[in-house]
Amino acid sequence: MSVDATTVRRIAHLARIAVSEDEVPHLQGELNAMLAFVEQLSEVNVEGVEPMTSVTPMQMKKRQDVVDDGEIADDIVANAPATEGHFFLVPKVVE
Amino acid sequence: MTDLTSLTLAEARKGLADKTFSSLELTDAHLSAIEAARVLNAFVMETPDQARAMAREADAKITKGDAGPLAGIPLGIKDLFATKGVRTTACSKILGNFVPTYESTVTSQLWRDGAVMLGKLNNDEFAMGSANETSCFGPVGNPWRREGSNTTLVPGGSSGGSASAVAALLCMGATATDTGGSIRQPAAFTATVGIKPTYGRCSRWGIVAFASSLDQAGPIARSVRDAAMLLRSMAGHDPKDTTSVDIAVPDYEAAIGKSVKGMKIGIPREYRLDGMPAEIEKLWEAGAKWLKTAGAELVEVSLPHTKYALPAYYIVAPAEASSNLARYDGVRYGLREQGKTIIEQYENTRAGGFGAEVRRRVMIGTYVLSAGYYDAYYLRAQKVRTLIKKDFEDCFARGVDAILTPATPSAAFGIGEKGGADPVEMYLNDIFTVTVNMAGLPGIAVPAGKDAQGLPLGLQLIGRPFEEETLFSLGEVIEQAAGRFTPARWW
Repeated sequence: MSVDATTVRRIAHLARIAVSEDEVPHLQGELNAMLAFVEQLSEVNVEGVEPMTSVTPMQMKKRQDVVDDGEIADDIVANAPATEGHFFLVPKVVE
Repeated sequence: MTDLTSLTLAEARKGLADKTFSSLELTDAHLSAIEAARVLNAFVMETPDQARAMAREADAKITKGDAGPLAGIPLGIKDLFATKGVRTTACSKILGNFVPTYESTVTSQLWRDGAVMLGKLNNDEFAMGSANETSCFGPVGNPWRREGSNTTLVPGGSSGGSASAVAALLCMGATATDTGGSIRQPAAFTATVGIKPTYGRCSRWGIVAFASSLDQAGPIARSVRDAAMLLRSMAGHDPKDTTSVDIAVPDYEAAIGKSVKGMKIGIPREYRLDGMPAEIEKLWEAGAKWLKTAGAELVEVSLPHTKYALPAYYIVAPAEASSNLARYDGVRYGLREQGKTIIEQYENTRAGGFGAEVRRRVMIGTYVLSAGYYDAYYLRAQKVRTLIKKDFEDCFARGVDAILTPATPSAAFGIGEKGGADPVEMYLNDIFTVTVNMAGLPGIAVPAGKDAQGLPLGLQLIGRPFEEETLFSLGEVIEQAAGRFTPARWW
């Protein structure tokens, strides 16, 4: 499989990465090189093989349903580019 | 007094205990070495004041007699580990001047045991790379050069700053992370020892995430014993990482010097690549011979799905990365580029903040997870991953204790020499190491010799899950036979 220029633009938008028109051909070439490389997986017989979900056989640990953290709003907003009080500021989202 | 930077960690521990020198003297010696080696670009942030304060504290504890196992030992920290109050960037512009308000579990355990932080080390952006060329702080120089040449070579990656700093004697050991070979490949390129422990052995909490089902932390050190000492402090159960394993951490150092007599060592035939340099083949044979002389038994084994590990990795890792890196949105931390709408703000922030390699991997990851392609790519890759793991399980079921392979298909290369036209050319560096991440196994790279140009080459040992001790015992045999290697200083 390979991707065309329209698909490259669609992927970029899905990934929320702005891509200018003159970057598209270059990206298309790189993505297609990667897709050509992974193409060899199609020759593997995976009939009846379970997909891996956990590399070490272990039970998912469950923690106690208790509050063990919090009251750190100052810490949470400390690195934000724009805040007001304990809120993150963003451009208007809802009309 | 001998140059304090030339000691191993084990030697320094003894000197500190005997009061031959103080941690402050040891730390100052390394801080001066770092200053004199800035041309290598191994450190992206030096923290001399913090280092001296930690060293004084360690000295006080040593005097009082309640020193931890790493008391007063100066270390470098890969910039992927969150360090409280000290800028952490993953060497990406998108994290900007991010200053964590928390400490990663692995580093907090090193400080618990008395270690001293010298600063933060360069790495490939978000640990995506095999040459430390994708860092937003620029490439790292390898302290090793080809004989009679002034060309600066790459130290490997992604833990290139860690490997370069340890090899150039700028720190006594360093933290590193390994998703497809990022500890073992740079260790092999710089004649240092690097171990990627079993998945789940070290907590991933507070480490900038790349591909969560593959990422593991581990040390890069000057000797096998030093690596064992560091791993003991770094490993351990952490309730904050649900994939961290609740198994007691053994005293890895006790495995050093233990007999390997009767151990069964597998030599996988699929690792004999067409066009592999004869020197690497020769070194591999030498390694097998050293282990045999020490009493191990060699057996040829087959890992039939080896060649599919790298392509499967280049689906699984970018897919997980595209998901993990979705958090960099310019809202909560890091860089923000303006946009008229919030979507435009996301798109501009991520275009401006991510470098070319990261953008490429996020996009390929987005594609293989997108509607209509998930089954063909991601699901198939996860099935192939099951087969890769089964190859190893079958091999261990036959009584094999560890597997010996070359660490890399070549020695270090020049900056800008690889991957310019085709990204896959760079990816092939990890062909021997990536299988280990896909199967979640422990792997160690140990320096074993030099090529005709005087560049170091390493061997890799792959072990059963949670049997890092076997790797330390076998690694020590190789180190004893091959010796240790230090680059001639040119910086």
